[in-house]
Amino acid sequence: MSRNVIEITNLGKQYRLGQVGTTTMADDLKRWWYNVRGKDDPFLKVGEENNREKKGTSDYVWALQDINFSIKEGEVLGIIGKNGAGKSTLLKILSRTTSPTVGEYKIKGRVASLLEVGTGFHPDLTGRENVFLNGAILGMTKTEIRRSFDEIVDFSGVERYIDTPVKRYSSGMYVRLAFAVAAHLNPEILIVDEVLAVGDQEFQDKCLGKMKDVSGQGRTVLFVSHNMAAIKSLCKRTVVLRNGKVYFDGSVSEGISKYLEAANSSSNNGLIEKHHRTINTGIVFIRNIKLDNEEFVKGNSIYFNNSITVNCEIEFLKDLSNVIFDLRIVSADGVEFMHTMNAYDNDLRDIKTGMVKTRIVLENKLQPGKYFLTFGVHLSDGATLDYLENILEINILNVTKDNQKGLIYDFKLGYVRPNAKWQIS
Amino acid sequence: MSKEKNEDWDIIIKPRSAFFNINLAEVWAYKDLILLMVKRDLTAIYKQTVLGPLWMFIQPLFTTAIYTFTFSTNAHLSTDNIPPILFYLMGQTFWTYFSECLNKTSNTFIANAAVFGKVYFPRLVMPFSVIISNLIKLGLQLILLTAIYLYYYFTTSELQIKTNAILLVPFCVIILGLFSLSMGIFFSSITTKYRDFTFLLSFAVQLLMFASCVVFPVSMYSEKTQALLLYNPIVTCMETIRVVLTGHGCFSMYYLCVTFIITFICLLLSVLVFNKTERSFMDTV
Repeated sequence: MSRNVIEITNLGKQYRLGQVGTTTMADDLKRWWYNVRGKDDPFLKVGEENNREKKGTSDYVWALQDINFSIKEGEVLGIIGKNGAGKSTLLKILSRTTSPTVGEYKIKGRVASLLEVGTGFHPDLTGRENVFLNGAILGMTKTEIRRSFDEIVDFSGVERYIDTPVKRYSSGMYVRLAFAVAAHLNPEILIVDEVLAVGDQEFQDKCLGKMKDVSGQGRTVLFVSHNMAAIKSLCKRTVVLRNGKVYFDGSVSEGISKYLEAANSSSNNGLIEKHHRTINTGIVFIRNIKLDNEEFVKGNSIYFNNSITVNCEIEFLKDLSNVIFDLRIVSADGVEFMHTMNAYDNDLRDIKTGMVKTRIVLENKLQPGKYFLTFGVHLSDGATLDYLENILEINILNVTKDNQKGLIYDFKLGYVRPNAKWQIS
Repeated sequence: MSKEKNEDWDIIIKPRSAFFNINLAEVWAYKDLILLMVKRDLTAIYKQTVLGPLWMFIQPLFTTAIYTFTFSTNAHLSTDNIPPILFYLMGQTFWTYFSECLNKTSNTFIANAAVFGKVYFPRLVMPFSVIISNLIKLGLQLILLTAIYLYYYFTTSELQIKTNAILLVPFCVIILGLFSLSMGIFFSSITTKYRDFTFLLSFAVQLLMFASCVVFPVSMYSEKTQALLLYNPIVTCMETIRVVLTGHGCFSMYYLCVTFIITFICLLLSVLVFNKTERSFMDTV
């Protein structure tokens, strides 16, 4: 049985909000005074849960609280959570760039952390010089780098520019070279934070492949991403963080749907709370979003093959022209696989200040199962005015409306069951 | 799930570490990084320049010319019978080494926050590499100093080199380096949260030059003041180097020992402070 290589016990990290100034000085003095008398830090008792949407009363928040889990040798663990859930703080602590406020963790083996690619790249130095410098910063020795230098250059695909200062590189080349160095680290434990979100598709696939190789060699990988497809293809286990706490720890598919559940907030009356907004500019507010009453049975369930009708009330605080409404359907494993917007019909609208109602009728070919609905309001130049990610849960039943019997085949394979004509001869 | 003993783990991180937890072995493991950083420091600054490393010689030459003109020709300040040009160049060379080390190491945390925030490596690597690259620069500038020195050595009879004590020169250079390292990392630690000290340091270094007998010899002062000034490690180092190389100046074994002890204590304390700071400075920087 493989042993644990990381063990985290009661880990917590507290941050002070606001600016550094005389108040912090006063707090520091108080802390010091308690410390001198051998008492515990008085500020550890205060502090609130990390929820950025709520207005708090304390100057202290816990970015992470009561984190307990361990990772086995060779395990590939995905860490997911909304923005601000504490993922990056956790990675920072594990990669030792900052220390925890309470709790402890133990690590066995050499750790390399990739919180960012190209750390320490010096713009004036050539690609070659930077490979060595960056490699050394990431913990490789000169000999190790020299040994894998050709491989690194080969992987990055910037051979031609290797003796040119990196400040002349295109951003893609820069990232490629940087990732190539990181990819050739040979640590026992690799900590990766969303570095895959860079580069073109081809390179992203290459990176993903490399990460798979790494995990295939029995090394332990901690991987943070918002890319559920990447998590799904790489990881065997996920930890879902929510407001700085472990919300779920277990299998990937369950973890992803827990994450979407956490992010989503299906409220039956359709009213949107302030803290549901992913992006908001303060000009437009989606006030209410719900499925049409006739269509669903209970909650947000819809009969198989019955059209989906979404009603939406949006408040505009300003007159705007060329407004785009955007509706996406997201699968439980996080794939945005259906998209529609008024712009596809060339129906951009000029909207006056006030309430606007939209009604979207979607042909429903979805396979039975759970889906999420994302709704956004944008301008034609791409600016997002309001955006609610996974705001509504839709449950496609395995029964049809007119025929209350179950479907013959109600298993979920794929997302869509299209109208198809089979000609078998 | 198997239970492992504490000895089985490579790293155990707790909120507070023991105060005397200096891991020099870890710094040693990153020696390649130190060397690459030194190389970066030395090469990157001269990229896109035509004169390149020649600037290392131009700067002290000009400064010496100005000092000679102001302090010697016009103000008639004593140079302890050492030819003024040699006196100022010597002072300038060693002072530049000290002040450069101090200035560069004093913003270790702030200047490297971007890198430190993303990757862990022993933070002491950075100040060490600064000291080493400045040591190399000093070595190159010593070529210039030697040339000027030899000129005066053969054309005047003022200079007597004390060959039996010549090892005191590298000793003083090391003391200067370590003293500036200790001051530098101390300041870099205390400025991470409260930036007040950066203002203090920016003019304190300039003022320190006048308190460190760089542009005039310690013999200019009264006995009492001298006794006080020599507790400043820089003064003692400057004077010792002068005595060994030219035969003029003030030398005292007592003060040399005091200097050594002061430097050692400063270094120890500042490394401890630095060590304490590096663990969580990312939260406050």
